Amino acid sequence: MSDPSTPKNTPRDDSNGQQPGKDAEETKDKVPSTPPDATPEGGPEERADLEPTPTGPGSAQGPEILAVRDGMFGVKGTPDTSGYGRLRRVIEFPGPSQRPYGSWYDAAIDRIAALMPNAGQVITRVVIDRGDLTLHVAREHLLALVKNLRDDAQLRFEFFSGVSGVHYPTDTGRELHAVYHLGSMTHNRRLRLEVSAPDSDPHIPSVVSVYPGADWHERETFDMFGLIFDGHPHLTRILMPDDWPGHPQRKDYPLGGIDVEYKGARIPSPENRRSYN
Amino acid sequence: MTSTTSDQDLFAGQGEEPAEGTVYTAMGGDWDDIVTEQHDRGDERIVVNMGPQHPSTHGVLRLILELDGETVTELRSSIGHLHTGIEKNTEFRTWTQAVAFITRADYVMPLHNELAYVLSVEKLLEIEDQITERTKIIRVMMAEWMRIASHLVALGTGGMELGATTIMTVGFREREKIMDVFEAITGLRMNHAYIRPGGVANDLPDHGLQLLKDTLKSIKKQMPELSKLANANPIVKSRLVGVGHLDLTACMALGVTGPILRAAGYDYDLRKALPYSGYEDYEFDIPVRDEGDSYARFRNRIDEMWESVRIIDQCVARLEETQGQRVMIDDPKIAWPAQLSIGSDGQGNSNEHLKHIMGQSMESLIHHFKLVTEGFRVPPGQAYVPTESAKGELGAHVVSDGGTKPFRVHLRDPSFHHLQALPALSEGGMIADVVVNIATIDPVLGGVDR
Repeated sequence: MSDPSTPKNTPRDDSNGQQPGKDAEETKDKVPSTPPDATPEGGPEERADLEPTPTGPGSAQGPEILAVRDGMFGVKGTPDTSGYGRLRRVIEFPGPSQRPYGSWYDAAIDRIAALMPNAGQVITRVVIDRGDLTLHVAREHLLALVKNLRDDAQLRFEFFSGVSGVHYPTDTGRELHAVYHLGSMTHNRRLRLEVSAPDSDPHIPSVVSVYPGADWHERETFDMFGLIFDGHPHLTRILMPDDWPGHPQRKDYPLGGIDVEYKGARIPSPENRRSYN
Repeated sequence: MTSTTSDQDLFAGQGEEPAEGTVYTAMGGDWDDIVTEQHDRGDERIVVNMGPQHPSTHGVLRLILELDGETVTELRSSIGHLHTGIEKNTEFRTWTQAVAFITRADYVMPLHNELAYVLSVEKLLEIEDQITERTKIIRVMMAEWMRIASHLVALGTGGMELGATTIMTVGFREREKIMDVFEAITGLRMNHAYIRPGGVANDLPDHGLQLLKDTLKSIKKQMPELSKLANANPIVKSRLVGVGHLDLTACMALGVTGPILRAAGYDYDLRKALPYSGYEDYEFDIPVRDEGDSYARFRNRIDEMWESVRIIDQCVARLEETQGQRVMIDDPKIAWPAQLSIGSDGQGNSNEHLKHIMGQSMESLIHHFKLVTEGFRVPPGQAYVPTESAKGELGAHVVSDGGTKPFRVHLRDPSFHHLQALPALSEGGMIADVVVNIATIDPVLGGVDR
């Protein structure tokens, strides 16, 4: 069964005497799952592609690079005896899509463009990934866009499913994302909007005036991420106590927990366990 | 504090202007003090705190009611008393381990939580096409049992809150049969961690099909008692008819889904609108009512249970046809390595598997160890698959950064969303009807607070 205390740390010598065999298995397991262009052995043309776009906000073209990770087992500060320390993995989010988008997406985006003359500034990116449409929206235009999305008969996204915050500490300048899921019961469609704000200025307009059901969702996102929804009728904490310091779902907020001793072994708290990311 | 009011504003922050006039703390106090205060006021206005430990608030829900006599003039809900950080915790576990957390969100419909999360993860992995037919049938069957069980709790506890304890005993008696089915199949009555990325934890036990048939027979025979007791019962009707009215316009504005929306006249059901897990292959109807009151919601839930029974009937026939098929994806990089089985002490690794990895195959042990401790990687991206849970639209917004753990999991819980409608249902009505309104919204605070 899963024993979190068993170290997978190659430099450490312990009761587990099967290290070489394990390493061989890890090679088998790991190498195919990493993108081929992420390893140093990748072809030169892919590498040339990757080098000029370091960590940071995604470029207008090509996939959005979230982070570059080195090594394999999350081990830092010990000699690299495994040989995997040179592995390099680039974390790429799905990039913007090109027309034709397919399905109902082209018509809907054309309709938005017809309704909003400044559609180019409103929608900064159109991403179609795994069959779902995501519109990245400039925050200052969010309210106008959702109003059109709800009210126009050809769009008619009358159903507000929820807003969920995501904190990307490495996405400099747009660390905090608010992800809205809208639904059109009339046309049986689903749409995702993604709005981002920098950590230094965590303000996003509230959509409560358009979707009253967004009330508690925005309060929760404020509570958990510190995103301030301007125009919300009473943006207070909802799940945490009123006097709680910090915003728990942010990546810089610790999970907490204590080590547990079991049959002489010390099992670290979940956030101090080996991370394979 | 001995009183519900104070002349000092306890809620003003440092440096803030205190509110003018009387501040209502609603913290409880001595009844005599409250009566004395009220006597001096000369009107009927009173602020009452209800919960978080009130038995008819379905868990730890706190309501602050402003009353004029027995009429509710304002209602505010306070939630978060059961916040356990389920979403944060999943970020520190593997994709498979996270199921064991997610299942605990809405603990009255754990399998629906699991299904919503797992469908999103499978969408991220792009393995939806590889899920076997039998897996999908088992998932649908379990989800429908879950729907019946959840509705029975909603109706049973709702009845109990009205004082109709027989509705409760009938509801829980029938639910117990379903719990027995769950226990036989998953090893547990609740918090199953049964539906996992790639499939389900284990196939039906040897006597599974017979058990399903027996339970169906017994439910079909005895569940009608609930309708017979309640449907035309004048006491039930006088408490429910015309109470807690939420019409279609209000439902749409507030984003209300599930049985509440269908009781207001819109036959929107995600099992039909955006089918998942092969729901498009089953024959069932969507019960709709137009009244939009508590009685319509009550009756609609009963009708939905019978539609679920219809679906399970079809599932049993299909399970018979697909015996022997895998219930986990045929991809050793994702599939849980052990064939789990149900022992006398619950779910565990099968003895054959333990014998194999401990005594016969070093490689199998390594493979098992890698997948169990490290898990599998999920390509970066995000997914949200809406599902029709017992209470309405339930979906998990899942974000992956390409690692072995979720980057972010957010459960869009229907109870959380629907509780927002409670003031709209209750304000202007009687205080006794607040209890009815909560019962017919059917919130479960484990899901609301997560």
